[in-house]
Amino acid sequence: MIKRMIEVGYPAPRFDAKAKVTGEEKFAIDYSREGMLWAGARRAGVAHAIIRKIDISKAAALPGVYAVLTRKDVPGTNRQGIVHKDQPVLAGSRVRHCGDAVALVLAEDRDVLEKALGLIAVELEPLAGVFDPEEAMRSEAPLVHESGNLLHKAVIRVGDARGAFEECDVVVEDSLEVSAQEPAFLETQNGLAWQEPDGRITMIVSTQAPFRDRFEIAHALGLDVEAIRIVSPCLGGGFGGKDGATVQCLLALAALRARGRPVKMRWGREESFTAGYKRHPVRMRYRVGAMRDGTLHAVSCRLIYDTGPYAHLGVEVMALGMEHACGPYRVPNTLVEGWCVYTNNPISGAMRGFGVCQASFGIETMMDQLASKLGLSPLDIRLKNGLRRGDTNGAGVTLVHSTGIVACLEGLGVHRLWKDRAKWKSEAGPQKKRGVGIAAVSNAMGYGRGLPDSAIARVELTKEGKIRIYSGVPDMGQGNSSGFIQIAGQTLGQDDSHLEIIQPDTDLAHPSGSSSAGRTTYTYGNALIPACEDMKEKLLHRASLLLMLDQPCGLVLLPGKVKHLPSGREVPFELLGRMFSQTDRIAVKHFVMPVAQDNPDSAKEFRLGFPHVLFSYAAHLVYVEVDELTGKIDVKDYLALTDGGRVINPACFDQQVHGAVAQGLGYGLMEKVLTERGKILNPNFTNYIIPTSMDVPDITSVCVETVESTGPFGMKGIGEVGTNAPLPAVAAAVEDAIGRRLRRSPLTAASVLGALSGRGAAR
Amino acid sequence: MKISFTLNGKQTGVDVSADRKVVEVLREELMLTGTKEGCGAGECGACTILVDGRARLSCLMTAAQIEGRSITTIEGLSQNGGGMHPVQEAFIENGAVQCGFCTPGMVLSAVDLLDKNSDPTREQIREGLSGNLCRCSGYVKIVDAVEAAALQIRREKAR
Ligand code: FES
Ligand code: FES
Repeated sequence: MIKRMIEVGYPAPRFDAKAKVTGEEKFAIDYSREGMLWAGARRAGVAHAIIRKIDISKAAALPGVYAVLTRKDVPGTNRQGIVHKDQPVLAGSRVRHCGDAVALVLAEDRDVLEKALGLIAVELEPLAGVFDPEEAMRSEAPLVHESGNLLHKAVIRVGDARGAFEECDVVVEDSLEVSAQEPAFLETQNGLAWQEPDGRITMIVSTQAPFRDRFEIAHALGLDVEAIRIVSPCLGGGFGGKDGATVQCLLALAALRARGRPVKMRWGREESFTAGYKRHPVRMRYRVGAMRDGTLHAVSCRLIYDTGPYAHLGVEVMALGMEHACGPYRVPNTLVEGWCVYTNNPISGAMRGFGVCQASFGIETMMDQLASKLGLSPLDIRLKNGLRRGDTNGAGVTLVHSTGIVACLEGLGVHRLWKDRAKWKSEAGPQKKRGVGIAAVSNAMGYGRGLPDSAIARVELTKEGKIRIYSGVPDMGQGNSSGFIQIAGQTLGQDDSHLEIIQPDTDLAHPSGSSSAGRTTYTYGNALIPACEDMKEKLLHRASLLLMLDQPCGLVLLPGKVKHLPSGREVPFELLGRMFSQTDRIAVKHFVMPVAQDNPDSAKEFRLGFPHVLFSYAAHLVYVEVDELTGKIDVKDYLALTDGGRVINPACFDQQVHGAVAQGLGYGLMEKVLTERGKILNPNFTNYIIPTSMDVPDITSVCVETVESTGPFGMKGIGEVGTNAPLPAVAAAVEDAIGRRLRRSPLTAASVLGALSGRGAAR
Repeated sequence: MKISFTLNGKQTGVDVSADRKVVEVLREELMLTGTKEGCGAGECGACTILVDGRARLSCLMTAAQIEGRSITTIEGLSQNGGGMHPVQEAFIENGAVQCGFCTPGMVLSAVDLLDKNSDPTREQIREGLSGNLCRCSGYVKIVDAVEAAALQIRREKAR
């Protein structure tokens, strides 16, 4: 095979592609060990109840059952959670949603496991549940937690929105609602764990946050953080749903009991739906005012986030949603109020777009309404108000970094799909209506203020003379590992045969945060560059000693060797690899993401995760065709322009954009978690429909290259921003087609028919 | 029950219960973990294998059903004749791989598709792959890859 030079900016095939097309790549689910037990959780099945009794005697007596554990077998606090420790590992006295685990079974094989789970007799005394976040805030509502159902309330205030509405020439108001979305990664939550002879626990697990997992497990089970080793192979998808403990605490508990025997836990698809984390359902009430020429003057909104029974990252999700509630626009007066509320619904948590998806639907809907009221084109009103570097955004933060929303919108305006829209619409067939919609969105990067967004990169020259990167952040499919290889290849002038990467292992890599928040490549990459530079200096210096050079001049790095250009003499990496001492062969450097320096005088309620200073931007355009008879919405063409700074790998960049658009279209058009009294009615792919190859059109991805001077080679993270635009863009296109605005996602055929007949949520 | 079948070109026998799912036989008895399981219910296509050359869902087949048949898994596709299959090459070159969990199934479905139709349109490719879910890619580059592989296979045949 031809060796490829690995350089930044080249659309090189991902380094992991070959192992993945041949089936060699091992995901967590593919690991097994001799003598392995299977663990499984008995789920509550009801949304709110007191646990009267759990009778495990029949299950425990079943041949092949190794152990059955309940709350009393949990050492430590029994509390997991990323920020708020409010979720029990095993529920002991109270059930707060259908997915609560009430018992844990360890069995010799899966058949026995299934049987044993069925033999556990759980005696529950049902409690009245609360399934609507607004009802949950009423004083007479059943309490999900003794502390009350309001997890968090916060306000962002800039200028004087109330007064400013008086000065506006036009004001529009509306209410919108979005439903939960399932991450639906193809590899369900799973892991394999065992206790080492020295008592430490090793866990191979599908996770986005290996370093943080140790703390969650340690806190829940009363263990020492150092006594836990997490290994995270490539994930079969994550999208936020594997950020925070899924199987981890249960599996560690099982491993503690299994006396050295390995234990595997794998959630089936239905369990993944029932117990997993989803995108928050949100209710929104918006009011937006502008001047006659379309200049935005005031935005006020109230956002209610249904976080389910446990916080997960609910407060942080709401913080980010609120921070983006005024869109990528200049708004001098804003009042954004948010409530994050406990209910007995499934757990909401992190998911790609992290609160911003929902708010983008809100503000973009209002922008379209303003445009039509003022007789402006949807593009012009966005261009007029689009943030530029130096502006202050709706959360009161001064934008001092790359700000490419106007460039994205300008690119959209000159694109053929925008220019040809009238002609395309006029060519609709009988009983078809066509429409075109656009949306402008942003997405912050990083953890925000209050939690340092940091990474520590480690690079090694192996004994065999290879450059090895110890990644500290998992690759859930977004291709950050490939990005790291390119960054190292660029910095060290190497080809692919001299570079290798080790997926995160908390014993080998250094704490580098989670794979999330559009920060994975940015933050780790920024630590990796100086680590590689340090390595480069070492290689050149040690080679100069070997070559007896007075000065290390004229030396360059070439693939697999150092060359002294003036003399033509070379030192192969193999030689240096053998020569280096163990401590010398390693280079370690760190990086911390910049945070906002303004001190907005509001939203003090957020201790962490607010505000941010780095943003990616995108402008999307969609062509839809609506069938007047069936109400079906067909997406015919799609354009996405994305400002992600400089691009490390254009092929990976397009992959992220395409995937985000597809997930956004699923969110906008078909995905809905149906519940009845907190129980999911469609916990499978038969009834919860995600887009297939027939549902997603060809997508044109255009990269609007700004330079983010703080980014590795000028890049910004773009994994999330693309999910925020499809829903509002499609809603705009549907309105353009049928003259009705749909205010509730997903925009199903039934809702189109309802709108056409003048009923339903539409006007 | 003893089951014998041809697995990736080699005569193979396993002793499993007749109603054991084929995906489990492959992954847990034969340790061929390239075949994935995404739903266990015939909805995602991750478990696709070739049975006598045709794409089939191994989570819906029982061990008894493969008696005497010829099975190709993703591991066997690359063994045939040494190098990688043109579909695999095209997936790599066209950026059709992201998390890669759907990839083995997707590749095998594409192999079956191209075997039946050597010159499919993009629409036909989309139809042919509609039983394989991918949550990462939006399918665009997968369709590109299958188009490219079709061209490559036709070229090889013409030679
Ligand atoms: S695992 Fe067989 S179709 Fe999903
Ligand atoms: S690449 Fe992840 S599911 Fe297809």
